[in-house]
Amino acid sequence: MKAVITVVGRDAKGIIAKTTTVLSERGVNVLDITQSVMGDIFAMVMYVDISACTIPFTALVDEMRALGEQIGVKIHTMHEDIFNSMHRI
Amino acid sequence: MLNTGDILETIKMIEEEHLDIRTITMGISLMDCAADNMEVLCARIYDKITRSAEKLVRTGEEIEHEYGIPIINKRISVTPIAMVAGSCRASDYTPIALAMDRAAKTVGVNFIGGFSALVHKGFTGGDENLLRSIPEALASTDIVCSSVNVATTRAGINMDAIAQMGDIIKQCAYLTRDNSSMACAKLVVFANAVEDNPFMAGAFHGVGEPDCVINVGVSGPGVVRSAIARAGDCNLSQLAETVKRTAFKITRVGQLVATEASQRLGVPFGIVDLSLAPTPAIGDSVAHILEEMGLEQCGAHGTTATLALLNDAVKKGGVMASSHVGGLSGAFIPVSEDAGMIDAARAGILRLDKLEAMTAVCSVGLDMIAIPGDTPADVICGIIADEISIGVVNNKTTAVRVIPAFGCKVGDEVEFGGLLGSAPVMEVCTKSPGKFISRGGRIPAPIHSLRN
Repeated sequence: MKAVITVVGRDAKGIIAKTTTVLSERGVNVLDITQSVMGDIFAMVMYVDISACTIPFTALVDEMRALGEQIGVKIHTMHEDIFNSMHRI
Repeated sequence: MLNTGDILETIKMIEEEHLDIRTITMGISLMDCAADNMEVLCARIYDKITRSAEKLVRTGEEIEHEYGIPIINKRISVTPIAMVAGSCRASDYTPIALAMDRAAKTVGVNFIGGFSALVHKGFTGGDENLLRSIPEALASTDIVCSSVNVATTRAGINMDAIAQMGDIIKQCAYLTRDNSSMACAKLVVFANAVEDNPFMAGAFHGVGEPDCVINVGVSGPGVVRSAIARAGDCNLSQLAETVKRTAFKITRVGQLVATEASQRLGVPFGIVDLSLAPTPAIGDSVAHILEEMGLEQCGAHGTTATLALLNDAVKKGGVMASSHVGGLSGAFIPVSEDAGMIDAARAGILRLDKLEAMTAVCSVGLDMIAIPGDTPADVICGIIADEISIGVVNNKTTAVRVIPAFGCKVGDEVEFGGLLGSAPVMEVCTKSPGKFISRGGRIPAPIHSLRN
């Protein structure tokens, strides 16, 4: 199963490092990553494979959200199908 | 890979524009629960509901968590109780409502609908018992909803039923006088009621439905309003196009959730209801969409036209996004549940007459409107008869959910709380239609009901 992780917030040092560290600890493989900084707003979108994830997906969602709160950004982890169904026919 | 802009758009819709799934509603047939003994009947109903919907709430929460889309309510609709209880020897159906309430609370849903009767052409014994039981049933339960279908385009209008509903609504208001006359907020009078509606208070599980089914109602007035705001200074063709595109996206999420819920629960998928359902939250108002289109305030002349455009575009956009569309499918205009409607009604700009006109072009009717507590029953019957006529003649569903708030007068505010919001008490014409209502009988079906 694939998921999309978005990270949006004020730019700061180590956002990518901290998020990818948690992901690798949990066995999540990052397939693709795009990020941009507009002004001081940081936006990153990661496309990840969670088939080897060592915890249930919902637990990963919560863990990533908590990490976001800790480093002052918003992190959403969502099943890719919501985007596929909304934006692809 | 997915486009970053699309991904961020989806996140924005959910985070800032209140995109949500309003409800996953499980329809459950109670036809196999019939019994001549009330205790046996109630036990069977309780068992069937708790068995069928055991995993409903948990599954809804899982989907919510995994897809990151809020699912506001999980609900249950059941076969109209008047049919199920018809063979029961008891004449007071309140115990059934209590059993439904208990079952719904056991499985953790927000509402259960189906304390209902279909009397568009006349009453069975069960229908008469059910109607008599409505006030006590709604006053003694928390989350049971009731509806009565008093007319169809095919059958005409049962004015005897409407005459009874005026009194029933007054009794509901009185029995719950210490709680904002709340029972009235859980009671709908319908014309052309639909069998697969997932929205409350009018949901019931129709007789043509399977044993168990999943129906989903989407929401998203905030998303549509923002899309119109972004479209800027465009003409109305472009505006309609914008609404269609947005409705498509909203409905696709509904379809996804419906398919997923149906698979996980092992229950057939019924329909997605394409309604724009507002909530009292700021930024989640249908009235604000109409104002964004260019009205100074909802209720101004032109309101009906804006609503007609909106309602049609939502359907056109949504219909391609779902394999089965059904339910009510149109913009809702419940006054108490819509911040923009509340403001307009409070300012005296939005009046009952205008709301009635608006219901001719949208779903579903005079909804969540507080009227003075001393409004006579025959005036309420007149309000119902007018609204029902609009539905019957225009071959569409219409409904009335008015709250003659006990002890309140024009200008007072009635607080219902939660999704039901709060409503300013609106003025009604107090001239009596009593003689017309008391004639009784049926208004014949309109000529265009003869379509064969």
